[in-house]
Amino acid sequence: MARSRSLTKTPNPSIRSAPQQPSKPLTANTLSLTPAQIEAFGKEMDAIRERVLGDLGQRDADYIRDIVKLQRGLEIAGRAMLQFGWLPPAFVGGVAALGASKILDNMEIGHNVMHGQYDWMQDPQLNSRKYDWDTACPADQWRHSHNVMHHTYTNVLGVDRDVGYGLLRMDENQPWHPIFLANPVFAFLLASLFQYGVALHDAEFDRILSGERPLSEAMPLLKGIWKKTRGQWLKDYALFPLLAGPGAPITFVGNAMANLVRNYWTFTIIFCGHFPADVQTFDKSTLANETRGQWYLRQLLGSANIEGGKWFHIFSGNLSHQIEHHLFPDLPAHRYAEMSVEVRKVCEKFGLPYNTGSLRKQFGSVVAKIFKLALPPRSAMLPVTA
Amino acid sequence: MNPSILSNLDRVLTSPLVAALTAPYGVDRFLEPFNPMWSATQVRGRIEAVQRQTRDSVTITVRPNRHWQGFVAGQYARIEVEIDGVRRSRCYSLASAAPGRDGAVEFTIKQQDGGLVSTFLYAYAQVGMVLGLSQAEGEFVLPESPTTPLLLVAGGSGITPVMSMLRTLDGRVSSAPVSMLYYVRTAADAIYGDELAALFARHASWQLRVIHTRDGGSHFSPAHVDALVADLAAVDTYVCGPAALIDALIALSAERGCEARLRHERFTAPVSTAVIDPNTVSGELRFIRSERLATNDGRSLLDQAEAAGLRPEAGCRMGICHSCTCRKTSGVVRDLRSGKLSSDGEEDIQICVSAAVGDVTLDL
Repeated sequence: MARSRSLTKTPNPSIRSAPQQPSKPLTANTLSLTPAQIEAFGKEMDAIRERVLGDLGQRDADYIRDIVKLQRGLEIAGRAMLQFGWLPPAFVGGVAALGASKILDNMEIGHNVMHGQYDWMQDPQLNSRKYDWDTACPADQWRHSHNVMHHTYTNVLGVDRDVGYGLLRMDENQPWHPIFLANPVFAFLLASLFQYGVALHDAEFDRILSGERPLSEAMPLLKGIWKKTRGQWLKDYALFPLLAGPGAPITFVGNAMANLVRNYWTFTIIFCGHFPADVQTFDKSTLANETRGQWYLRQLLGSANIEGGKWFHIFSGNLSHQIEHHLFPDLPAHRYAEMSVEVRKVCEKFGLPYNTGSLRKQFGSVVAKIFKLALPPRSAMLPVTA
Repeated sequence: MNPSILSNLDRVLTSPLVAALTAPYGVDRFLEPFNPMWSATQVRGRIEAVQRQTRDSVTITVRPNRHWQGFVAGQYARIEVEIDGVRRSRCYSLASAAPGRDGAVEFTIKQQDGGLVSTFLYAYAQVGMVLGLSQAEGEFVLPESPTTPLLLVAGGSGITPVMSMLRTLDGRVSSAPVSMLYYVRTAADAIYGDELAALFARHASWQLRVIHTRDGGSHFSPAHVDALVADLAAVDTYVCGPAALIDALIALSAERGCEARLRHERFTAPVSTAVIDPNTVSGELRFIRSERLATNDGRSLLDQAEAAGLRPEAGCRMGICHSCTCRKTSGVVRDLRSGKLSSDGEEDIQICVSAAVGDVTLDL
């Protein structure tokens, strides 16, 4: 998949004229952009990026360290409370604190640090290649499946494996099969076991099951996942319960619930990033000679935001600003809120859509899509007319 | 606290059980956010005193945590600070008496024009500030028990390792004769001026000559040595200071046939990035881990590494995924997106969007 790509290519009008049939018709707004306008849009994005890059400093360092401190504090508090899980308030508080700490670790810290958002700090503890997170997915595999595949080829069908996670039918252009009648069931299972779904992502487990990918090819990845998972299980399901003595079963259940809370929350936020209504997907041909401007445009059209307050954004790892995250994946995520103001202005200037809404609206539309796409395409059920 | 309690604590904190309980971060990640001095493995130091002896230097007394293993007089340690959110480190000679295994150590930092860390420490060092430290390193050290007379030559802030040597010798029951030449611009620039005078007054066999190069004195000349030492070949000579001073002593020792008895410590001043024209393509790329050399052709470092037969990890090739991030150990690079130049020090860079400006060394 190593594609070489130069930063200054001549504009290719593939998005505009869409001769390769993007999987969803592009909106009239997009179609009206000339190649020059697309590059001008890209230049504006570059300018926003440069402004924030030039402004990075102590404020950003202090912010992420405060979040790390909060996460570590919540984890210590959560694990301490779950040692006394037989006291109902300690159990509830412990699950909440540990769940919150895992959410912070996975989202605002792990996901963002591993994007290289804080590499400029030259702090080995916040370095994208050195950070490891509290989830089943090994950090190195994540950096490939997510940073490379998903962020470079966002919403390109057949390349970006985040479209349906190789399990769900999340786009009309994915061919229907009777198995997708269970789409909602699969979605619920994926949400419940989301950390393992994410972990098996890079190993392309679905393609192993279907025989497309030999198991031997995925073996090193699966070994890495097993090693990571083993460590997680040892900590959450053996050592901390054992430390609680007779309270072991309660600690075990509390830890499982904290993991489950994290799984549902991360699933919810992440599925709102690319699957709400009106988010566009793209055909592989979009990638041919794609310019930087076109890449920016694809990121914008392929992502959706969720509106909310300060702590909602922090606990969603600022993935609630999915559009800004996809435009600027390696800038500190706590900057996305201020950047979104400028991005929206530029979108308005170019007449481009900016997909945002409340969590209720966005997740509601994701759930509706999960159910709707469980059924065969309506056109297939209608008699073919001339 | 009792050292044996602390070492037992360390044993517990670094045990496999604690590692499993704190996975995947490790125990330090739970300690540091609350107190950076609590690290179970890393050397850290807290500034206990700050003194400004001259108009462009700062002397700091630092108490390292329990991981500090002491030092030998003449060695240096890396000091790490955070400047506007970015970790920066530089090496500074220790000035206090060795071994300094327990208790505080001293550094004197001369503020260099354009020097990030020295300027930061000069301006902001204050009691309570926590610094990252390395263990002491360096070969510019006194023999364990000197039996031969010594000639110590210092220029400017090159006094710091020499000061450590003098303070260490001062604490010994008996010591060989010490002669010292100290070159400073004016009397006001002499770091440790008063203490030097007192030290040399205490020892009958020690003699000091301070030369004010901008106030009546001249730069180094062999006559300065000959006035203090009858036979250069009969003494162990240590020199620390500007390159010209060191080169002059190397030349003199060679002339007198006693280079083997000369030890020196160079300070490499940071190269200013402003003098490099980003549009001229020149220099060599050194990939140190794979021991390859390439002539810089101006393309991205990733392209050139691949052209040189290397297979560095890479992903998006457009600067977003950070798969290709690698350590630059020296040289200046230009960001292909913004055109900005990097500093010339050691740092992580994204090689897919960086091009070399002159010689660049990568840990690839």
